[in-house]
Amino acid sequence: MRVLRSRSALLVGLVGCSAVLFLCLLASVRFGAARIGTWDVILAFVDYGGSEDDLIIRTLRVPRALIAALVGSALAGAIMQGLTRNPLSDPGILGIEAGAALAVVGSVFLLGTSSLTTYALFAFAGAAIAAVVVYGLGTLGGGMNPMKLVVAGAALAALLSSLTTAVLIFNQRTLEEIRFWLAGSVAGRDLGLLLQVLPYVSVGLLLAFALSRQITALTLGEDVATGLGQRTAWVKFFSVVAVVLLAGSAVAIAGPIGFVGLVVPHVARFFVGVDYRWILPYSALLGAVLLVSADIAARVVLRPQELPVGIMTALVGAPFFIYLARERIKG
Amino acid sequence: MRGRAVVRPWGGRVSVRLDPRSVVVFVLLGLAAFAGVVANVGVGEYPIAPLDVIRALFGIESGDGNYGFIVNVLRLPRALVAVLVGAALAVSGAVLQGLTRNDLAAPDIVGVNAGAGLAAVTLIVAFPSVSAVFLPPAAFGGALVVAVLLYLLAWRGSSSPTRLVLIGVGLSAVATALTTFMITFGDIYQVSQALVWLTGSVYGRSWEQVLTLLPWLAVFMPLALLRFRHLNALGLGDEVATGLGARVELERGLLVLASVALAASAVATAGTIGFVGLMAPHIARKLVGPAHGGLLPVSAMTGGATVVLADLVGRTLFAPVEIPCGIVTAVVGAPFFLYLLYRTRKT
Repeated sequence: MRVLRSRSALLVGLVGCSAVLFLCLLASVRFGAARIGTWDVILAFVDYGGSEDDLIIRTLRVPRALIAALVGSALAGAIMQGLTRNPLSDPGILGIEAGAALAVVGSVFLLGTSSLTTYALFAFAGAAIAAVVVYGLGTLGGGMNPMKLVVAGAALAALLSSLTTAVLIFNQRTLEEIRFWLAGSVAGRDLGLLLQVLPYVSVGLLLAFALSRQITALTLGEDVATGLGQRTAWVKFFSVVAVVLLAGSAVAIAGPIGFVGLVVPHVARFFVGVDYRWILPYSALLGAVLLVSADIAARVVLRPQELPVGIMTALVGAPFFIYLARERIKG
Repeated sequence: MRGRAVVRPWGGRVSVRLDPRSVVVFVLLGLAAFAGVVANVGVGEYPIAPLDVIRALFGIESGDGNYGFIVNVLRLPRALVAVLVGAALAVSGAVLQGLTRNDLAAPDIVGVNAGAGLAAVTLIVAFPSVSAVFLPPAAFGGALVVAVLLYLLAWRGSSSPTRLVLIGVGLSAVATALTTFMITFGDIYQVSQALVWLTGSVYGRSWEQVLTLLPWLAVFMPLALLRFRHLNALGLGDEVATGLGARVELERGLLVLASVALAASAVATAGTIGFVGLMAPHIARKLVGPAHGGLLPVSAMTGGATVVLADLVGRTLFAPVEIPCGIVTAVVGAPFFLYLLYRTRKT
């Protein structure tokens, strides 16, 4: 396969990705810890009888599949890579996930919280604070400087995750309580949580898509973007807002899931080239596909034991990614 | 050239151009590291005054006959391990950042640390009955396996830095995922121990560890430091480097080898201490600029000083409870780095 060039090929690809995502969602509803036949799954939708199987399908599996898709599409590596002009940027390395993790671990340690909803609240707050601090450090001395942003984020991430580890090492109860959350998982999340974050994710995605042309210009360099008549400060500001909304929501629902944010944009780039108007939608769809399929694997591999999806994303996605990187990068 | 001193020892057969600023910074950091070692050795159940420590280090008799034994046999190796590990990680990171032309590259990112971590955590969690003596070789083996895989997968008639980094990211993700699996499902007591190892600690290191680590550093540290010219050239891009007369593939291969060997030996000795490999080169760059001739030695000293000071803080802050130095490195180093970032905000 080559990089898709023409507009129609790109559109067809997008439709293809959507179709794959839809199939993954169906599979996610079909397969799980309880063995439910395909026919019963269909019946649960068209003829809801209130049986146990119907209940599982409607209240557990459908929300879960949707949440996985949402989280996958929201992991906002693509915007950050464009914004910082660094192919290694993602919410993990720039401290956003570390901020969320520290906030949640701190809340468990100090306040003894233990519900997913409070985790979500603290995670979002932690992620947002970390992002604002990193952005502030990156704009020291006027005008955001991507290089400063990146290294400041990495330093902050190291600091925050050290503090998290300190709590976990000296307090075994907190470690016991939180280690599954820290691995990243979409298990047991209900529809309510989904509806709570849906507005944030939608706004974030819309903002990202609206900015995609400007981000493409920014990747050519600050001077070029300014020369093209762009007000770069505003573009960067709104990009950061989008990152906070998306990464914050994702980590709030599912915990710190690594790999997706960093790697999916590269996979998208392998297929569509350098234009963020295409990279962003492709990243969102491919991220959703990856997370939904990883979540299926997480439930099925060691049935009935369930693995955190954060582990499976890497195990499912990394071999494919390594193959692509080997094939696609010349030189 | 203004501000540079040229040294031509051995009748001009070799010439070295020294940047006075780099030399001054290097010496200051060296003093800081030495002070860190002295303070680190002096602190403990049986406190020893700094002067007595220095006397004992140089083998001069002092009032208490026990000092020599306590200082040189019991406490010095730990402080030395801290300095050496910090220096090795820092140089490893500086070389990788130079090679890949990416500020975020570090041994943590290309999977070397993750491979070591996976091997060690597997040993701790899945085989708790196996003696801790086997941890360093296991960790070293893990790092080596990842390094070999990395080069095999990234090699396609030639090596491209981008491909190297991205494949490293993929390998790192797999190793980290398997490690997380162990952490999530292992017995909580062993998981706690594994976390300490993953954080990095120089607790209880003896001369044996120093002597295992030293040969690696003795070979690969000079290999990295002396190739600074090629690293400078490679940083300008492959075409320019070729034009400047560098054998691009050979030099890059040697530099990757040095970087990986330094990181692997450091991690095998003290666990996966984060931060140093990534941030020490940045601190050094803020201090002496981006040319690798000064940058590499200054990075090494920065790393060594950071880890030994971090260990000192970790031992004294909440004594008698010890905080693993892997936690403290970031707590000590990150604010300092952010301060440097703030101070140089005008440029």
